[in-house]
Amino acid sequence: MFGKLSLEAIPTHDPIIMTTITAIVIGGLALVAAITYFKKWGYLWSEWITSIDHKKLGIMYFLVALVMLLRGFADAIMMRSQLAMASAGAEGFLPPSHYDQIFTAHGVIMIFFVAMPMVIGLMNLVVPLQIGARDVAFPFLNNLSFWLFVAGVVLVNVSLFAGEFAKTGWLAYAPLSGLDYSPGVGVDYWIWALQISGIGTTLTGINFFVTILKMRTKGMTLFRMPIFTWTSLCANVLIIASFPILTATIALLTLDRYLGMHFFTNDFGGNMMMYVNLIWAWGHPEVYILILPAFGVFSEVISTFARKRLFGYGTMVWATVAITILSFIVWLHHFFTMGAGANVNAFFGIMTMIIAIPTGVKIFNWLFTMFRGRLEFTSPVLWTLGFIITFTLGGMTGVMLAVPAANFVLHNSLFVIAHFHNVIIGGVVFGMLAGLTFWFPKAFGFTLDEKWGKRSFWCWIIGFYMAFMPLYVLSFFGAVRRMQSYENGDWQPLMIVAWVGALIIAAGIACTVIQFIVSIRDRKKNQDVTGDPWGGRTLEWSTSSPAPFYNFAHLPEVNDIDGFWDQKQRNGGEAPLSKPPYQDIHMPKNTWEGPIIALFATAAGFALVWHIWWLVIVGGIATFATFMARVFREDVDYYVPAAEVERIEREHQQRVEMQA
Amino acid sequence: MRRNPTLRMLGVLLLLSLPLLLAGCSSALLDPKGQVGEEQRTLILTSMALMQIVVVPVIVMTLLFAWRYRRSNRDATYTPDWSHSTKIEAVVWFIPMVIIVFLAILTWYTSHSLDPHKPIAPTEDQEEPMEIQAVSLDWKWLFIYPEQGIATVNEVAFPEDTPVRFRVTSGSVMNAFFIPRLGSQIYAMAGMDNDVHLVADEPGVYHGRSTNYSGAGFSEMTFDAHVGSQQEFEAWVEQVRESSKSLTFPEEYYALAAPSEDNEIQYFSEVSPSLYESIIKSFLAGGNHEERMSEFADRYAAGFGHGAAHGDDDGHGESTGSHGESMSSEAAE
Repeated sequence: MFGKLSLEAIPTHDPIIMTTITAIVIGGLALVAAITYFKKWGYLWSEWITSIDHKKLGIMYFLVALVMLLRGFADAIMMRSQLAMASAGAEGFLPPSHYDQIFTAHGVIMIFFVAMPMVIGLMNLVVPLQIGARDVAFPFLNNLSFWLFVAGVVLVNVSLFAGEFAKTGWLAYAPLSGLDYSPGVGVDYWIWALQISGIGTTLTGINFFVTILKMRTKGMTLFRMPIFTWTSLCANVLIIASFPILTATIALLTLDRYLGMHFFTNDFGGNMMMYVNLIWAWGHPEVYILILPAFGVFSEVISTFARKRLFGYGTMVWATVAITILSFIVWLHHFFTMGAGANVNAFFGIMTMIIAIPTGVKIFNWLFTMFRGRLEFTSPVLWTLGFIITFTLGGMTGVMLAVPAANFVLHNSLFVIAHFHNVIIGGVVFGMLAGLTFWFPKAFGFTLDEKWGKRSFWCWIIGFYMAFMPLYVLSFFGAVRRMQSYENGDWQPLMIVAWVGALIIAAGIACTVIQFIVSIRDRKKNQDVTGDPWGGRTLEWSTSSPAPFYNFAHLPEVNDIDGFWDQKQRNGGEAPLSKPPYQDIHMPKNTWEGPIIALFATAAGFALVWHIWWLVIVGGIATFATFMARVFREDVDYYVPAAEVERIEREHQQRVEMQA
Repeated sequence: MRRNPTLRMLGVLLLLSLPLLLAGCSSALLDPKGQVGEEQRTLILTSMALMQIVVVPVIVMTLLFAWRYRRSNRDATYTPDWSHSTKIEAVVWFIPMVIIVFLAILTWYTSHSLDPHKPIAPTEDQEEPMEIQAVSLDWKWLFIYPEQGIATVNEVAFPEDTPVRFRVTSGSVMNAFFIPRLGSQIYAMAGMDNDVHLVADEPGVYHGRSTNYSGAGFSEMTFDAHVGSQQEFEAWVEQVRESSKSLTFPEEYYALAAPSEDNEIQYFSEVSPSLYESIIKSFLAGGNHEERMSEFADRYAAGFGHGAAHGDDDGHGESTGSHGESMSSEAAE
């Protein structure tokens, strides 16, 4: 009836997990009780859960990502604490069976369920507004993508309660992830969480690719698109080209584990290096999916707050395109130590270094955007400055790793850990936090508190350097990644410094939480009445904050790269307001099918993990049937009457006039 | 805001200098004991130094531009529409390109000169490099000496100034064979015959380990590499030969291959001929790794729960600790 699932799957023997479970259950119950008490279920259902509004989906992506950041960061603190303790024969507080799950979960959560949703969330919020569109090309798919992503989140979190998570490292290298060496359900949770959310990601890629290519407003040629849109376009091309590789690779691993096949096993012709090649053929483009949109954010932030056009727009675009293409021919640098020949290694090493050229050009372009500008030190600018310095250092260590002969001693060491945190924290995290602060008013109608934002920045940057510089040093002493303990007591002081660094980053996260609370409290004071709080340059700032659900009363027309800036210049420095006559606006209707499909998919995924075959069949059929119901539904759109548009626009204009 | 950029600059510089301050002589990678490691150290430092040509200006320019063109500084030039300069763009493409061209040449050259598969030029009195076979098991290292007909677990020894060819494979999941002080690591993969050529210039005991995560016992999957004179090495071989234990394929090998953590050193005076090849073949067509593993390793695993994790009933404690020490003390002399 319940397959492999029994009450023994609950890890009652582990006090750390049980405490966490208790806290989550109590917290969850309190949330449900509060929603019920305030009678908000209907509101949640009709305004959020079934919403196809790209802005609301963007907000929900970010919300889930921030919650998962707390979970992933809790893992980080546990790892750093363990390594600060488990020195010279001491065992620390996490046995290998638990520690191995934690570093796997940390990697999986931070990449798939924090960084990815932040990037996709920001794309959702910003891209349609930047290109002057009213929604994405496929609004229902957008909703479905989000809920499939949530299905993955749910499965990863359920693994905490029932069973275990993978003990294989975040990429589940075969043959360790094969049935022979990982007989438990951990790898199966990993498989289905990634497969289901991965489908969502692929759909998002297609959706935004089409949106950006087909739904740009009048006058917005490709070379007038804002840089964030350009970087998003490239990221989506990478998603479309690389995520199917991930899906296929995991599918092959699934066949190994479920049907006894031998794609990646040690014997019967299986080849683990095939797995490693395939997973990195996806994995390397993946890191550019994360970093390119962050580059876009920095470009927008720096030119807005320097009150100056972005330096070298054309070079910026071509540099982005170059990185997009090159990202597909460097994957082997993740395993030079496989023992390929010198020519192969040299080729991939040199290709990797070539990426440093367009990236370096981008950095100089940001610098020359500041040059002869009027830079305002807002918190997004601080994140950007912190990024430029941190990322440059991370890029340097990346090039060192790309030299195969140097990689032979640096590979698998803490140098690698320090390097990719150097670029992911310094690049993606700083970029997303800058983007969050920058576009927050567009989503909610008020700006975030600057004081707490800056505190968060200082904690993050100081914490980052304290946490990861010691790891670079330790790598030179021979410290490797994924150790649960180490014999050499000399390493302990630096491990403790790293632990303190992690605590300072924790303070940075706390600052962000406080920032939200303080900002919500002061929302009247920080209200963004005009919709253009920063003196923006691109179209998203031309509409009110929060943007109306139809985004633009009239589809805007652009004549320049900085379309909105140009409009303001032509209008004597003032933002032009929309004028009647208004027209009826064609909009998509909400959808119940997205969340329901994801619900069934979650059930099917859970059933697959535990071999509950009847539920696999029921869940699978229900998923398909719901999808068919959607396919054959014709009642998917409606018209917003011109009068309604006029009412909403007038309200906004009155607020602007009152403030003036 | 006034002092923050300066402070941060100071912090960055301090942190950058940290490796140099701390590295000293106790750092495995900066104080290598073999030719391969030495060349790799030079390579790391050279590539790092080369990149300072970009890194330092970027950091300086970031702080300088941010400060000079701050909003409140009305003395600074402000050109809101200036967004293109062919000269600047040419320079910002050119400089990274030149550095990468240098690095690419360096990469091409060192990828070949430091190719792990490439034999190290032998000394005059030796034509072929010495061969040691390393097999990663769950979670220990098995070293086989085909010429001497002996094998060890978690301890390896070889004479100084003698190029050694380590042939590396796995009897389990993927691992990586690495002695940080000597240089290059290489993956150990089941059914595959990998190799890495290393040499030690100085006597000593060098720490080695698997660097590629392989499961529960990974952290303790370490070994010591003892390097001494030719005589010391021969004495060590004799000590191994004194052990009463043998390693036959398949029975005793699969008993050893059963998962065990935190393993002690073991010596085997007798080894099945072509054990290394048999291990590789067991994964290839016609091999039967699975069956034998369940047949022989289960027998072993029955005793596993009773604290017999470190080998069979024969008193290996006596043969491990003392021999290990004697080798290292000799090496120290």
